[in-house]
Amino acid sequence: MKEHTGANGQFIELTGVTKTYPMGEGHIVALDDVSLALQPGEFSGLVGPSGSGKTTLLNIVGSLDEPTSGRAVVLGEDVAQLDEKRAARLRNLHIGFIFQTFNLLPVYSVFENVEFPLLLLRQPAEQRRRAVADALERVGLGDRAASRPHQLSGGQCQRVAIARAIVKNPQIVLADEPTANLDAENSHKVIRIMQDLNRDLGTTFLFSTHDEKVVGYLRRTITLADGRVASDETGSAET
Amino acid sequence: MIRFLIKGLLRDRSRSLFPTLTVIAGTTLTVVMYSWIRGTEADIIRANANFNTGHVRVMTRAYTAEVDRMPNDLALLGADELTAELEQRLPNFDWVSRIRFGGLLDIPDASGETRAQAPVTGLGVQLLDERSIDREILNLDNALVRGRLPSAPGEIVVSDELYRRLELEPGDTATLISSTMYGSMATINFAVVGTVEFGVTALDRGAILADLEDVRLALDMEDAAGEILGFLTTGIYDEELTSRAADDFNDWIGSGGDEFEPVMGNLRQQSGLATTLDLAGAVSLALITIFVVVMSIVLWNAGLIGALRRYGEMGLRLALGEPKGHIYRTLILESVTIGLVGSVIGTAIGIACAWYLQEKGVNIEPFLKNASMMIFNVMRARVTTTSLFIGLVPGLLATILGTSISGLGIYRRQSSQLTKELEA
Ligand SMILES: Nc1ncnc2c1ncn2[C@@H]1O[C@H](COP(=O)(O)OP(=O)(O)OP(=O)(O)O)[C@@H](O)[C@H]1O
Ligand SMILES: [Mg+2]
Repeated sequence: MKEHTGANGQFIELTGVTKTYPMGEGHIVALDDVSLALQPGEFSGLVGPSGSGKTTLLNIVGSLDEPTSGRAVVLGEDVAQLDEKRAARLRNLHIGFIFQTFNLLPVYSVFENVEFPLLLLRQPAEQRRRAVADALERVGLGDRAASRPHQLSGGQCQRVAIARAIVKNPQIVLADEPTANLDAENSHKVIRIMQDLNRDLGTTFLFSTHDEKVVGYLRRTITLADGRVASDETGSAET
Repeated sequence: MIRFLIKGLLRDRSRSLFPTLTVIAGTTLTVVMYSWIRGTEADIIRANANFNTGHVRVMTRAYTAEVDRMPNDLALLGADELTAELEQRLPNFDWVSRIRFGGLLDIPDASGETRAQAPVTGLGVQLLDERSIDREILNLDNALVRGRLPSAPGEIVVSDELYRRLELEPGDTATLISSTMYGSMATINFAVVGTVEFGVTALDRGAILADLEDVRLALDMEDAAGEILGFLTTGIYDEELTSRAADDFNDWIGSGGDEFEPVMGNLRQQSGLATTLDLAGAVSLALITIFVVVMSIVLWNAGLIGALRRYGEMGLRLALGEPKGHIYRTLILESVTIGLVGSVIGTAIGIACAWYLQEKGVNIEPFLKNASMMIFNVMRARVTTTSLFIGLVPGLLATILGTSISGLGIYRRQSSQLTKELEA
């Protein structure tokens, strides 16, 4: 499972993806015939008003959900064809998630929170220790490994969440409104860290965001409106 | 991974402490209640066996019909021969002969006039017969309060309460006024050499205990016995063994319809305890079922609240690539751990309490003022090997059941729905 582009399609390729949710008599259309491809190493963002389908799209790419119709291929796997176990394995090996509300496990230390994905991968202890230390170093929290989440600021928590997402060196990181709960300074800090990771490790980032500050960093901006791709612009960002 | 989960469990008190305390409480109560019921049941059986029916009892058919009246005119004749026969046929029993009788105990003053008088219930037992085990059955050495036990013909002991009521002195002479087997009046003098207290109110109110041979002589009951009691040599009542023995014996005697034929019945058939004993069994079963159900519901709700609180965690773990089945199994594992730890602690506490109740007992004498039931004044729990395991049933079953049910929510929910809990 190393080279996924090719046989089964692109790195990430959505073709005519529609997602509806039953609602009373009828249904809600969350995504409406979305076609879209992402290349390895992209630093892209989904923007659009609330309810436009950003989270839904991220969930499908993250194999947490499947399209109602259309085809979603992620790393060569058709998301709709994956059973629960194989979807979990795909996420486990190749996809990192970052959430608006950080979602650190409060009873565990910073180190243990970042270590968790590696435990799922059954990595040996020494390898885990090195990877966690390295990831925390990258987000500038090398000295806070023993702290508990409640002892950290919001910005620090989000940086721990980033470390947790990248500790297994995934191919894709999906970040759903990562700066929504942060002030301006921390937002910039967090997004720059992700920019560095994208540059240094070649990790593909896909954001969803309302945040103009984030949009400024994006190399590709995909705008959703009512579940449809309204525009798709490349090359707006610095770097 | 398991270390990681246990660490989380220990640090999250609401996930470990409350459910563990619930399990401990439930297990403790189950163990104590179970031991209590078992103790009460065993004591009721013991009191009835020792003072009333034996494990099995042989009487004439006619005597059986009117046993409450102590109808010695209907007693077994040729009792010694019958005992020899019983010893041979049913060697797994020890046999003792007894005669029950009613009468008046009259205490004369120095000039021979009546100083005090009381109605008594008498029991003629084989006090002086070296071979008889009845001294042990009646636990006489421990029951002795004052003086000594009879060691020669013509000596009796009386219940301590009677002794005080009649203001007796050691060595006093007492005259028993009763009637012989053939209906004529009998008066006989005894020397009161001691007092006893059995701890059974029905007996301690006004009983006298005399040697069987003295009673036979006094009541003109040569070689007769009101009842012959059999006690399993194991000392433990066994429903099946005793009812089989009774059936065998009754088959052997046959049924000629003769009123004076001996008939054997076991404790359950004779004591009116059938319902009581059935009830004890049913109650302990019901009790355990109730504890399992109630604790499951409590733990389910605790688990449910926990799981609701933890939907965020579950969603996160799913997003990090942990399969649902694995998450579910770890939840069960957590609950088994809690169930085991709680059950073990609860059982330890429960056994300690039950043991205390076994040694100390609870005195229910005030409630037994007019009781005629053969029941000890001090109720005790009884710790058995089952007490050790009975607590595990509700402890483990309830936690696992509770978590399984609440954990199913994870399966019912879509992955994307669980991760939605992650959004503020
Ligand atoms: N599980 C669900 N059941 C029913 N409707 C849903 C469900 N999930 C999403 N929707 C609907 O689908 C549409 C798209 O939702 P989605 O969460 O993708 O929007 P979003 O762009 O992420 O919005 P926001 O910026 O507020 O996070 C919305 O109308 C939402 O109400
Ligand atoms: Mg959203």
